[in-house]
Formats: sequence, structure tokens, C-alpha cells
Amino acid sequence: MSTTHEPTIPPPRRLRPWNAVERRLARVGITGRMLVLAAPVLWLLVFFLVPLAVVFGISLATKQFGRPPYSPLLTTTEEGTVQLTLHLSNYIRLFTDNLYVAAYLSSIRIAFIATVITLLVGYPMAYAIARAPDKWRNVLLMLVVLPFFTSFLLRVYALSGFMRGNGVINQVLGIFGIPPLAMMQTDFAVYVGIVYTYLPFMILPLYTTLVKLDTSLFEAAADLGARPLRTFLSVTLPLSIPGIIAGSMLVFIPAIGEFVIPSLLGGPETLMIGRVLWDEFFSAANWPRAASVAVAMLVVVVVPIMLLQRVQGAMVEK
Amino acid sequence: MFSRGWFLPIAAALGFSFLYAPIVSLVIFSFNESSLVTVWSGFSTKWYGALFNDPQLLGAAWLSLQIAALSATIALVLGTLAAVALVRFRRFRGRTLFSGMVSAPLVMPDVITGLSLLLLFVAMEGLLGWPQGRGMLTIVIAHATFCTAYVCVVVQSRLSDFDRSLEEAAMDLGASPVRTFFDVTLPIIAPALISGWLLGFTLSLDDLVIASFVSGPGSSTLPMVIFSKVRLGVSPDVNALATIIVGIVALGVLAATLIQLRSKPKKARA
Repeated sequence: MSTTHEPTIPPPRRLRPWNAVERRLARVGITGRMLVLAAPVLWLLVFFLVPLAVVFGISLATKQFGRPPYSPLLTTTEEGTVQLTLHLSNYIRLFTDNLYVAAYLSSIRIAFIATVITLLVGYPMAYAIARAPDKWRNVLLMLVVLPFFTSFLLRVYALSGFMRGNGVINQVLGIFGIPPLAMMQTDFAVYVGIVYTYLPFMILPLYTTLVKLDTSLFEAAADLGARPLRTFLSVTLPLSIPGIIAGSMLVFIPAIGEFVIPSLLGGPETLMIGRVLWDEFFSAANWPRAASVAVAMLVVVVVPIMLLQRVQGAMVEK
Repeated sequence: MFSRGWFLPIAAALGFSFLYAPIVSLVIFSFNESSLVTVWSGFSTKWYGALFNDPQLLGAAWLSLQIAALSATIALVLGTLAAVALVRFRRFRGRTLFSGMVSAPLVMPDVITGLSLLLLFVAMEGLLGWPQGRGMLTIVIAHATFCTAYVCVVVQSRLSDFDRSLEEAAMDLGASPVRTFFDVTLPIIAPALISGWLLGFTLSLDDLVIASFVSGPGSSTLPMVIFSKVRLGVSPDVNALATIIVGIVALGVLAATLIQLRSKPKKARA
């Protein structure tokens, strides 16, 4: 036996195919980071950002018969020059037709009132969960999230069965001899619907801020003689403002564009902009008008969205 | 503190009953004999039978399940990549725009998302000839887009609270970033991936508005069929369907919660 073989035993070699691939890619200027980013960036550009630009473009067209049912923005004339035709008529109509102005104002009002009610209902719940014993907390949180996973449409439907003329609430009221209340097809039903379906969105961010609060602050306030209500108003409430803003925006923004709730629970006079857009598109088949309604809706929600992102950024950094 | 008093427990109890009472009543009335949905007239499972003899409903349910599985899977890949980029790459060009694009679909009103994607698909078909018509493919693309945002949020929170030194150790031992991701990072964030996928799946299964915009003739999803039934009034077979969905979802969420609870002690030991 000779020992000369020993040096030729290869050292434990790791298979690193990726390293080789990476080196080769790096040579042409592609880094690993770019590969990670490429798919989500491309996808979101094509299917999120570009569509918004397309909406804006088509909002400047007019309805016409044919496929697609809107006038082309760019046309080539016989001499071969490219002509850009923009129509502002949809936007002029938005500001002059009372239907649209009223629908915007009423959407904002309904979303605002519903958000305030959701906050008033959700805050004590979030606080109770944050202060609950550890073993209860996860169960309670799961109970908050569970309806969120259940079909949104079916929950609105369940609520409509609950509130209708011969529904459970009125049957219970009937037992006590109270005449039935007309709850369905009113703005009230829409408020209840929004509170009911968006409550988890309010509770979760509130819970996240409330559970992080340092309990020694409450003890300090109590030691200094503050009564519970005072402690709440001057310690807990101010410290939970990020959660309040995040939760409120998570309810307010989607509520503005809500379609299902006003059409299943609201009455014919419940004007909401999401419903107007839906009808422009599906009933009137006026795509450019629907697009201009969408652009105007975006303008309304863009400030709340930016506010939300700022608050969320601050909450994550903590 | 309020917690020592009566206010918080009562408020929470009222809140939870508000959340659950309509669902419970819906489940109870799904076993009602009468077709009058609100008057109890005896126990019956006939509406469940009716459900399974409704080919339109079954077809829509099957389509919705396929769409949900596909879009949740696409969203899982895209959302995880986006989360890795946002948590691990501190600074890169266009970061603000990227994080905005990732999280904006979370709050974007459905009607805008639906309309904008439909107009995109129509414009693309005119310019590129793709996608031809609208149907399952366009719904999957639309759902994957907003589900990506949800997956990203879930994975992001898991990524940002785990111990980076594990990854650094793997890299010090000579593992490439890709290898480190698959051998170290992925097993640790697996529970988040599962809940992200489930979240995407249920959200896709649930969507009415976006699917209505981007679907084509012959591709009605389950919520679209339900909506057209419900719009005409209460129908007992929808109650039965809702009960089944609530049951499946409750089991799913329970399973996901158990998975997450189980993975927690491990983290503490590590």
C-alpha cells in the first residue's frame, strides 16, 4: 500500500451550482438581488401600475359602439401622421352631473360614519384582547380573524337575513311586543354592514399597538393618583393613535368603493360611488365614463392610502 | 384600568356576539325544512341535497377552487420574493415605489382593481393579441396580483422577526445566498408561507367584484353565482352552501392556528 494516494483524495466538495450560475450572471451585470426583484417588480408593474395608467387613458376617451367600446386615443390619419384625441367630457360630466357629486359626497359620509362606529366597537374589543390572559389571547384573536376568512359575500348575506323584515332581530323584538323595525334597504343597514364586515381590519392593528404598551405606564399613572378613565385618556389613547389611524384607514378606504354592501343591504337611494361605477360599466356599458369615475375615486383615496403607509412604516420600525 | 371593571369584558362579549350571531343563525336556518328562510318548521337536510344537484353551482365551485389554488400559488412565489426584497435588501433604487406597489392592492377598492385590469386585458388583446378573450386565465392573473400583497405582508412580518444570525452562520460556512434561503430561511418561514397561501386561497375564493369585471362568458365563479341568487332575495340553498364554506374555513383556520402555535416553541428553543 502506498500512501501517495492520499493527497489525491479530493477535499469534501460542496455542490455549489448556484455559485457558478451567480458568477456567470454577475459577469453580465445581473446580481442575485435583481433576480429576486425581477418577478414581483415586473408582475406588479404590468398588472398593477400599468392598468391604472390605462384607466386614466381610457377616461379621456368617449363611448362608441364596437370592440373595444371606446374611441381610440391615437389614430393614424391618411397622410400617416399620428393624431392624439383626448376628451375631457367625462370629467366635465362628473362635476356638472349632480348624481356623481352626490354619490362621492355620500360615499365619503357613509364610509366616515361607518369607520367611526367601527372604531367605537373595535377599540374596546382590541383592548380587552390585549389585556386578556395569555392563554385566552390567541383564542380571542382567532375568533376575530375567523369571520374575515369566511366569505365576505356570505357574511353580508347572513346579515341581511338577520335584519330583514321577518328576520331574527325582528322576531326577537316581536317576543317583547315591539313592532318590527324596517332596517333593510336603509343607510343604517349599510353602516351595520360595513362595521360587521370590516371589524377585524380595525381590531388587528389596534390590538398590535395596544398589546405593546408598557403596563408600567399604567401603574405609574395609577400611583400618581390618576383614575382609570384619566389614565385611559391621557396615557393609553394617545399611545394607541398609530393603531387608530391604521385601523381607520383600513376600514375607510375600501368602504368608500364598496359595492356589495350597498347593493345587498342598502336601498335604491343609497348612493355609493362603487355602485355608480359598477352601473356605468355593466348597465350603461360606458367604459370611459366608468374609468373617469375610477380616477376620481383614486384621487379621493390617495391621501388616506399615503397616510396609512406612513403609519404602517412607523409601526414596523418600532 | 378598565380591565378590572365590567366594561371591557361586556364590550368584548357584545362585539363577539355581533360578529357571530348572524353566522350562527344562518347555519341553523340551513337545516330548516321550510323554504321560508326565517320561519322554523322542522329539521331537514334537503337544501344540502339540492346543492349537490345544481350543476351550475357545482361547476362554479370547481372553477373557483381551481382559480384559488392557482392564484394562491403564484402569489406565494411573488409575495415571498417581494417580502425577501423588502426585509433583506435595505436600500435599493425604487424601493419606495416597490413597497407602495406591493401594499397598495391591499386597500385599493375592488371596483378600481377590477376595472383597471379589465381595461388592461382589453387593451393588451388589441395590441398584442393576448390574452385572447377573458376567463379563467384573466381571473387568475387578477387574483394573484392582490393576493401577492397579502402573502407579502404575512411573510414580511415573519422574516423581520427571526434571528438573522442563523442565515449569517450558514453563509459563513460557505453556503450561497440561494442555498441559505432554501436550507435555512425557508424552513423557518414555512408556517408563514402556509398561512399566506391559505389567506390567498380564501381571498380568491371570496372575490366577487374583481372576478365580475375580468371574467368572460361561461366562466362564472362561485361568488358570482351566489350573488346572482342572493340579489333576488334569500334562498335556502345558499344557506346550506354558506354553512359548508363556514365549516371548511373554520377547520382550515383552526389547522393553521395549530401549525403556528406548534412552530412557536421551536423558535423559543432556537
